[in-house]
Amino acid sequence: MILFFFKRLLQGIPVLFMVATMTFVLLRFLPGGPFDREKTLPPEILRNIEARYHLDESVPEQFIRYLSGVLRGDFGPSYKYTGRDVSDILTDSFPISLQLGSLALMIASFGGVAIGLTAAVRHGSVLDRGLMLLSVAGMSVPSFVLGALLVLSFGLSLGWLPAALWEGPSYAVLPALTLAALPMAYIAQLTRSSVLEVMHLDYVRTARAKGLSERAVRWRHVLRNALLAVVTYLGPLVAVLLTGSFVVEQIFAIPGMGRFFVTAVTNRDYPLVLGATLVYACLIILANIVVDILYAFLDPRIRLDGAR
Amino acid sequence: MRLSGWIGASLLLGLLVFALLGDRMGSHRFDEQRIEHSLQGPSTEYWLGTDALGRDQWARVAAGAKISLLIAVGSTFFSLLIGLGLGGISGYLGGRTDRWLMRFVDLVYSLPDVLVIILLIEVLHAGLGDVPDLYRRQLALVLALGGVGWVSIARLVRGLVLQAREEAWVEAAHALGMRNRRLLLRHIFPNISGPILVTFTFRIPAAILTESIVSFIGLGIQPPFASWGVLASDGFAAMRSYPHLVLYPSLAISITLLAFHLLGDALRDLLDPRVRGIGTRV
Repeated sequence: MILFFFKRLLQGIPVLFMVATMTFVLLRFLPGGPFDREKTLPPEILRNIEARYHLDESVPEQFIRYLSGVLRGDFGPSYKYTGRDVSDILTDSFPISLQLGSLALMIASFGGVAIGLTAAVRHGSVLDRGLMLLSVAGMSVPSFVLGALLVLSFGLSLGWLPAALWEGPSYAVLPALTLAALPMAYIAQLTRSSVLEVMHLDYVRTARAKGLSERAVRWRHVLRNALLAVVTYLGPLVAVLLTGSFVVEQIFAIPGMGRFFVTAVTNRDYPLVLGATLVYACLIILANIVVDILYAFLDPRIRLDGAR
Repeated sequence: MRLSGWIGASLLLGLLVFALLGDRMGSHRFDEQRIEHSLQGPSTEYWLGTDALGRDQWARVAAGAKISLLIAVGSTFFSLLIGLGLGGISGYLGGRTDRWLMRFVDLVYSLPDVLVIILLIEVLHAGLGDVPDLYRRQLALVLALGGVGWVSIARLVRGLVLQAREEAWVEAAHALGMRNRRLLLRHIFPNISGPILVTFTFRIPAAILTESIVSFIGLGIQPPFASWGVLASDGFAAMRSYPHLVLYPSLAISITLLAFHLLGDALRDLLDPRVRGIGTRV
């Protein structure tokens, strides 16, 4: 397994390289530059600034400079936040998104699986219909509307939880719920349909026939197989949740890194965009490896060396 | 089809009528400003109230329906086109082509969706030049949302084509000397159209949600035009004082999404139990 892990990590390196290249090139197609101001700078000052950030070099030269920096662990200076390095900014903001995202991830996966399993076990009942209606409703509300509703009700009217900012564990509840709602609803549906699918398979009948209790059948055989579908969906979701969301960070005034995917692009802060994107891509690669390991753990037919 | 599917379908039909005629049903058009009537609640003159510039909210939601639905359907079509093309070729040809195409798919997958959408919108909007801004924005949104959405469709199509390719009738068609292109377009695609139609129905609501997020970011349709996402995020800014401004556009979004989900679920049961619906990644 350790060998598999390192092999896959190595395979991730060319992907990271391509991600960096693609983002770098795409960014240069954007109209405008990082030092466009409402009042245009005098040309000689602009030239000095550009020389300071090596923007006067050709694009390939800049790219090579950037890559060699990254290899030494230096993600370059931010153009917008003068005097701060991208690594600085990311080490400040990424842990916040990471905490919030892991909380949301736990809520979404445990809540979603629990709801889906309950609905599937009571298939066709009022409870099943109610839960599924709830999950469709969860998928039908834009996140900023949901966030606003939570702030208005629990934050301001009832005053149970803080409505914004990031100053302690209780501050994470409302944003985590906002973040988790859509994936939780989706996981609930996914779990329900795959549990229903698995429940009619031969091996489940065999398990029942050999006299296993309903509980053992459900937990050890049905759920384990049904979770395969959920795990597939979790892979990309992990990266999305852990790197933060612009909408949630905006509504709750949380200093995470999700907003940089938006603000850094509008500010043309190329190094910051690239840094954030590389963090995201690393997470995707890691998550995909974990998903493959989980597959092998959940389904004994799948082996890590690729043989089925 | 199940009853819930018919409910979803009729809701969508109603929405279509609303999108086409709603703007002309009341006494005011969507861009008519009467500043002395600003920020009113719902009344007999303004069915859903007015916004800060005294514009009729009913007409604006109706005009937004046209824009939002057009963007959602358009971008889904676009991503379907790319997804069918690349996924079909990849699954059908297999071998080295398949490996490289899938590597490309993986690469796009490792970029954050929000980032790609924003980059595409900005680049496309600037690149489209002389077209009027509304159309430019709409086209940029369609291409950008579609430019992200095709990835999962390509994966799905590839899997379906791989499966279909193994079947005896494909071999028979080959033996009869049928050309690859004709076989793929005329025989394999029609055979897998069920799950693809289901995916299509699930992608549209996802696109509506994504569009609302793009509007919240501020890169959506610009005034005096507005999509549902723009209306909802404008209303969001003033939601404590004037809740009707965020309520009705959000309600329109939710009803539409609900309708698509109901229809999609019913279609899935009817056409293909294997596909489990496709969600957004934003």
